[in-house]
Amino acid sequence: MGDRVSTDQPVIRLDHVSKIYPLPFGDVTALDDVSLDVERGDFIAVMGPSGSGKSTLLNLIGCLDVPTEGDLYIAGRNIRELSDDELTDLRRDTLGFIFQQFNLIPLLNVRENVEYPLVLKTRRRESEGLVEKLTRRVGLEEELLSHKPSELSGGQSQRVAIARALINDPEILLCDEPTGNLDTKTGTLIMELLEEVNQQGKTIIMVTHDPRIAGYAHRTIYLVDGKIA
Amino acid sequence: MIFFEFAQRSIRLHWLRSLLAVLGIVIGVVAISSMGILGNSLVLSVGEALSDVGDTVVVYPHSGGFGGGPGVQTNDVITGRQVQQIERAVGANDVIPLHVGADRIEVGGEDGVAQVYGMETDDIPLLLEVTEGVYLRGASGAMVGQALAETYDLDVGSRITVGDESLRVVGILAERGVGFDINPDQAVIVSDQWYTSVYREEDYDQVIVKVRNLEDIEEVKNAIDATLNRRETVVDVFDTRMILETILETFSTISTFTTAIGGISLVVAGVSIFNVQMMSVTERTKEVGIIRSIGTRRREVMKMFLYEAFLLGLLGSAIGGMLSFGGGYVALLIMLQDTTYLFAPSSLVYIPYGMLFGIGTSLVSGLYPAWKAANLNPIDALRYE
Repeated sequence: MGDRVSTDQPVIRLDHVSKIYPLPFGDVTALDDVSLDVERGDFIAVMGPSGSGKSTLLNLIGCLDVPTEGDLYIAGRNIRELSDDELTDLRRDTLGFIFQQFNLIPLLNVRENVEYPLVLKTRRRESEGLVEKLTRRVGLEEELLSHKPSELSGGQSQRVAIARALINDPEILLCDEPTGNLDTKTGTLIMELLEEVNQQGKTIIMVTHDPRIAGYAHRTIYLVDGKIA
Repeated sequence: MIFFEFAQRSIRLHWLRSLLAVLGIVIGVVAISSMGILGNSLVLSVGEALSDVGDTVVVYPHSGGFGGGPGVQTNDVITGRQVQQIERAVGANDVIPLHVGADRIEVGGEDGVAQVYGMETDDIPLLLEVTEGVYLRGASGAMVGQALAETYDLDVGSRITVGDESLRVVGILAERGVGFDINPDQAVIVSDQWYTSVYREEDYDQVIVKVRNLEDIEEVKNAIDATLNRRETVVDVFDTRMILETILETFSTISTFTTAIGGISLVVAGVSIFNVQMMSVTERTKEVGIIRSIGTRRREVMKMFLYEAFLLGLLGSAIGGMLSFGGGYVALLIMLQDTTYLFAPSSLVYIPYGMLFGIGTSLVSGLYPAWKAANLNPIDALRYE
């Protein structure tokens, strides 16, 4: 188990974190000695040029990867000390993912996509009205619940992804270019929805290239060559 | 469980690919079951054809092999004294000493060669059954086997020349089939007296002991062995039950071999399942990345792909199991011209065997692709297009 920190501590803490990828032509330092505290309810935009380490940072906070050096605490747990199953459970229960490509599961319909993380957690197919409640909350028509992801528009798909990310009531939402595949109007609607979710207490870390989208965040971190500028 | 539904939907979505994989398993299961049924039926039919000779102990001269007789120079014989020793050793059981040879025969201008058995006329009814005419009594007559009679168109009263001597056929024997003691269907049976006078051979080529109580077989064998082979081995003693067991064992081996040949098609089916599953994993790499990133454990991913392989195997095995009745029927009809043994429990058991092998093959074939899927790096998998 990871080291516990008290609840008034940051929900995310990076303590001199580095991520180095060993490659045949030499090691590549994607993140270089990054320290960062994220408080509960924070909304942080991460910006920077391509290759600056934005995705690496998001992957580490998303427990999809572990730091090469330094410590990373998610909800008080040092991820370096967790097993693969524990990291997976942390992703399922504490983190919600929203991707640029929506990444819905093509074999499942909208309802099943939304309830999937809940089924993983509870081992039951019964969501007790939670799916309907969430789809209303993200502004999705209920008749779409039986549709397949391929039958949805970009905006609808992203709303489904947000509902899915929220179903296990995670503390943190990780958004990777959430409006990158949407038109401006739909993008604005999605950002308004994320803003609303943040106001209801969720911590949001959002990677974006778009300064207008970053404007929704409380603060913006700029990454250059793996360092916070 | 949701992973089982994933598997079902994946199969439905890629129905053609799945169908081909299922077809492979169907063929494999039908092949393994049909071959098993065929092999088992072979064993059963051979067993039934030979089971009526289980009460016989056969004594041959040691290393002499099977018969000497006219035209064959050999010292490997059983002497009259040794026959007496056998009679004493086996007590109340019937002892039938035999001269065994082969000679030219001629019937109505048609020449040939036939096996010639010489035995005491009183012993003939103990060993053989007559269908036409009577048992041989005097020295100058002969009895002929059913097949020989048919070949040379012999009837009771016909004349047959054996060597240079002409004999009258007094009886025709009932068909006996393949035996481990004697094979009289193509043979001429003459009296001991005639045989010794014509071929000038007093000693015997084999001795048959008919054991009245089957449980005494081992005892009779041991008694003969103890009496005659005390100092050195002069005779070889076989009981037909032992030979029967050896033959059935051989046929069982053949049966296992044919089933194994059927198993090869199951291996091919396994390769097909492996291929389908590898394709499935490759196609669904991104999906694996998604479900891993939102909280699916490795072993749950593995389960999902194994369910898919299991379902393909189950479906193929179920269809294959049903078709195996037909496959077994056809195999028996072609190879044995007899489908009696299809419904014997020992034959039918090959169908569930085949099905289990089908499911097992699918699972084994799906193991590596499932493991591969479970161990994909979620970050790389998410980036996969």
